[in-house]
Amino acid sequence: MAAITITAPPTGPTQATAKAAFLALLARDLTVLRKEFKMFLARTVMQPLLLMFVFTYVFPKIGQGVGGGAGAARFSTLLVGGVIASTMIFQGIQAVALPLVQDFGFTREIEDRVLAPLPVSAIALEKVVAGGVQALVAGLLVFPMGLFIPATAIDLHINYPLLAAVMILGAFMSASLGLFVGTRVEPRQVPLIFGLLVIPMTFLGAVYYPWQSLEPLRWLQILVLANPLVYLSEGMRSSLTTGVPHMAWPVVLLVLAGAGALLLRVGVAGFRRRVLS
Amino acid sequence: MTTMINGAGEADAVIRTRQLRKVYAGAPAFGGFAPPGARPGGPPVGRPPGADPKRPRDAAVDSLDLDVGRGEIFGLLGPNGAGKTTTIGMLTTRIVPTSGSAMVAGVDVVADPAAAKQHIGVVTQTNTLDRALTVRENLIFHGRYFGMTNKQAKAESDRLLEVFRLTDKSTVGVQTLSGGLAQRLMVARSIMHRPSVLFLDEPTAGLDPQTRLSLWELIRELNADGQTVLLTTHYMEEADSLCGRLAIMDHGRILALDTPDGLKRSVDADTVVTVTAGGDAGQLATALATATGVVKAEATPRGVEVHMRGGAGIVPRLMATAADAGFDVSDVSVAEPSLETVFIQLTGKDLRD
Ligand SMILES: Nc1ncnc2c1ncn2[C@@H]1O[C@H](COP(=O)(O)OP(=O)(O)OP(=O)(O)O)[C@@H](O)[C@H]1O
Ligand SMILES: [Mg+2]
Repeated sequence: MAAITITAPPTGPTQATAKAAFLALLARDLTVLRKEFKMFLARTVMQPLLLMFVFTYVFPKIGQGVGGGAGAARFSTLLVGGVIASTMIFQGIQAVALPLVQDFGFTREIEDRVLAPLPVSAIALEKVVAGGVQALVAGLLVFPMGLFIPATAIDLHINYPLLAAVMILGAFMSASLGLFVGTRVEPRQVPLIFGLLVIPMTFLGAVYYPWQSLEPLRWLQILVLANPLVYLSEGMRSSLTTGVPHMAWPVVLLVLAGAGALLLRVGVAGFRRRVLS
Repeated sequence: MTTMINGAGEADAVIRTRQLRKVYAGAPAFGGFAPPGARPGGPPVGRPPGADPKRPRDAAVDSLDLDVGRGEIFGLLGPNGAGKTTTIGMLTTRIVPTSGSAMVAGVDVVADPAAAKQHIGVVTQTNTLDRALTVRENLIFHGRYFGMTNKQAKAESDRLLEVFRLTDKSTVGVQTLSGGLAQRLMVARSIMHRPSVLFLDEPTAGLDPQTRLSLWELIRELNADGQTVLLTTHYMEEADSLCGRLAIMDHGRILALDTPDGLKRSVDADTVVTVTAGGDAGQLATALATATGVVKAEATPRGVEVHMRGGAGIVPRLMATAADAGFDVSDVSVAEPSLETVFIQLTGKDLRD
């Protein structure tokens, strides 16, 4: 087997090596995503599809429209942004946290990628980038649903630059949340992610109502400010609608970026703790 | 293969550790974890028997000084819990040492792990193949992590699939591979990027004898092409037949380090006779110790083990001594000292599976 020739190892500038490794890890994740695209669609589309279908098609048709008549149209309009936001957060957890929990729990396949020639923190960052892309794609998939499903006309006035900023920061924050959760949770606690995190976040995340409409419940209105999904929902509405009350966009962008950075930082530290002993 | 009897010189050491030490912070993850083979109810591994349980936890690896030269196959031989995986983990940047230093290919693994990883190929004790990818993709992406272009990585993958006789499995998912094939793929993957040092943690554990032999052959061929290898094992024969030099480890420390022959020569005898007889083994040992040429006679679970000098010709005299003392000998086996003998002499315990 003289065919296995061992030559000198490829030594190059570490920076360039690390960059190449980062891109290769990203390519790996995108390959896997492409292979499992049907699964990605199934896990991504179902929830927003049903939400839109029941709230914006079935309810108005059976006369249960929230707000009734013109109110139904208004509700459908504000719901689009909320559904996109909750889909993105959900995707961040699905795409980043669940695989990590499995990996740390029993398969340990991540060890192979941990041995790639780049700092461990960069490997965690790559997970966030790949997860962010998935959250973004998931969010974009909701738009056509908003156009075709509602029984009443919906009234979108899209501010494209703001929409891009909100969605990119929102995707980043969602994926960072996924990293944070993925490094904290043990495999047997996975059901708790949904029961104790995703569901409360969604119901108290200004998805179905503008945050300002919580005014009569002042304590709740203040409490939900701790929920990053509130800002993403508000941001989506501020970039998609004009008639619906929403938070000021600079606040939204600032909080999304800040929460994303904080979660990333804590998540990277957790990731290092899990892969290095 | 270059065999370095006295260790590698300063310049050509590919692996070099000084006073390397690891004390794990807590219990292993998930509480119930015990290394495979740890006996329930037995003394906790990693702690010498009789150690005070209230003392702080012992080091998993302690005072490790290693020099491995380019082109060597170096072995770490030791029982479960000896600290072999911990040693490899530290050398491959996944375990952070508590103190001491470790250099691989001239790079400090603690100070610059990302650079060190460029020089390292690893086959871990557990299967870490990427389950989301096919056999061929496992190789391709690994190559790309290490800076190969897609084209280079594909060409090299196909070549290695051929060499490792995995070509007909290229497109299957890695979950469907048998243990032996998975292990071959792990080895192929670990050398994709042409590492300076290949680390193999118990590469043949759990493989059937034939698969084990073919993997040994593969490791020898790689080494013949210049690949430096550090492997761990708890199989005596593996250490004996593969390694140019080896270190015997127990409780995190190196007890002896030499070539297999050198280690065997260090035993106090040239012949090891195991005598089985009815009656009290302790008394038999005492009786046999008086025979000419006997260095030491000891009762073991497998019979009385007699270390002798003077060749196998003196065995009949041993039998006579046993008969004179009134023992009915049922079985005698004569052997040269093996690594097993060395191990028992060093640790006072057996290293059988
Ligand atoms: N993550 C961990 N946390 C705490 N203790 C650990 C951890 N990993 C290993 N140990 C302990 O360190 C000691 C050395 O373990 P190590 O895995 O290095 O031994 P080994 O020689 O590879 O054994 P084996 O033959 O079972 O693979 C053992 O006492 C083990 O219980
Ligand atoms: Mg081990």
